[in-house]
Amino acid sequence: MNRLSPRLVGALLLPMLLGAGVSVQADEAAADGEERDIVRIAVDVPYPPMEYRTPEGELTGFDIDLGNALCERAQFECTWVVQNWDGIIPGLMARKYDAIMSSMRITEARSRRVLFTEPYALSPKVWVARQGRDIDIADRAGLKELNVGVQRGTTQDRYVTERYGDVLDIRRYATADDVAVDMQSGRLDLAFLNYPVALDTLQITRPESDFTQLGPRINSPQSIFGKGNAIAVRPYDRALAEAFNRALDDVYRDGTFERLMQRYFDYDIRPPSRD
Amino acid sequence: MQQWLTEIAPWLAQNDIFTPATLAQYWQGLVNTVQLVFISLLVGVVLAVPLAIARGSRWPWLKWPIWFYTYIFRGTPLLIQLYLAYYGFAFIPGIQETWLWFFIDDPTYPALLAFTLNTAAYTTEIFRGAIKATPRGEIEAARAYGMSKVLAYRRIILPSAFRRALPAYGNEVIFMLHASAIASVVTIMDLTGAAYYVYARFYSPFPAFIFVALVYMALSFGIQGIFRQLEKRMLRHLRSGS
Repeated sequence: MNRLSPRLVGALLLPMLLGAGVSVQADEAAADGEERDIVRIAVDVPYPPMEYRTPEGELTGFDIDLGNALCERAQFECTWVVQNWDGIIPGLMARKYDAIMSSMRITEARSRRVLFTEPYALSPKVWVARQGRDIDIADRAGLKELNVGVQRGTTQDRYVTERYGDVLDIRRYATADDVAVDMQSGRLDLAFLNYPVALDTLQITRPESDFTQLGPRINSPQSIFGKGNAIAVRPYDRALAEAFNRALDDVYRDGTFERLMQRYFDYDIRPPSRD
Repeated sequence: MQQWLTEIAPWLAQNDIFTPATLAQYWQGLVNTVQLVFISLLVGVVLAVPLAIARGSRWPWLKWPIWFYTYIFRGTPLLIQLYLAYYGFAFIPGIQETWLWFFIDDPTYPALLAFTLNTAAYTTEIFRGAIKATPRGEIEAARAYGMSKVLAYRRIILPSAFRRALPAYGNEVIFMLHASAIASVVTIMDLTGAAYYVYARFYSPFPAFIFVALVYMALSFGIQGIFRQLEKRMLRHLRSGS
């Protein structure tokens, strides 16, 4: 008696499947009286603080806020689409959305398939040592007999191998957590880590921590660390990429970027190209 | 060697993965793997002989601890044993100040410890089985000759047990070689570590890992060949007459 007829189910489901969200957005834009281009942006959550959900289930994070600011500048009507990382580039190609803004680093392999905007962020790397150890990174002769832990195969590994391979004993670990553990055990004199990881695992900014940062944060050369994170669009959507680039220039110039950056980070994530 | 190098030089020039630098990495990895496996097998076998004899003892306080040891080390993954040896000991409070730290600081010694204890446990059981399988008649014959227990072990039981254990022990050696691939998780640059490094450097899993697989395969076949020769010589009496 309470069974729904298949036809009724179909009538209920079809509009949902056909992307009701998009049509609603279009209606709202039309109601504003101005024609705004609809841009659907894919994001993979959670990856805090770049993109995650609030307890209420709303999307938030640095990428989301910056993306919305960029859309504001470019006069786009933006919607966010949650998409798993594995399928995020195929989904772009299949026109499930128009852009990816999900802390995606510019790499050569990806550049062959998608068009990247200018980079908007690059997380810095940092040297870490035990509190009170007298080590000077700039003094190469003084680094002899010391060892350094890095995560194997990362850009940090490459930097240390190319710059310090002749003086430091490099120990390569499977994960960054293993590096942190061996800093704590006392096996390692130095670690070269992604800055957010060093903050998280070795708490290098806390005064009561056993570990401290050595020297400045490092995010160059580009030949090793890459250009940074960027928005990806389909290769032929040049106009869209250009629009994002102009909007990026704007948010850097008027301080919006810095304001958003300070909301989520207490360190500088600007790529070297924006310094 | 020189000629061989000049012959492969043009081939080397064509690819950007197998450069002299990465081949040197692989070579260092090979040296480390062979050292690690050889030392742990050697110490393992030396430990296993008395343990196997004691394992068959009538005294429970000698027999059961050894049973427990082999049970533990054969019943848990080698990777876990390696983690415990490498990370576990390092977090014993105050150990950094003792002389023991010299051994724990370096990843090689914890890895050697884990590998040695593991292979010793397996080898103990292999030898134990071979000793147990000694034909009753041989032991009785030794007794009849008035041999003491020690002499009977030395002259009759152990030599024939070693021969019987040979095929199983050959397998254990090859297993140990393959198991040593996990040494790279504690930062030792063994063959697998070198392959990982090349893979991560060039993002090309196939050349990096296929090359290292071939090296492991060559080592395995070498070990197999040695054991086949040994078996031919020492198990001659077991072959059906021709």
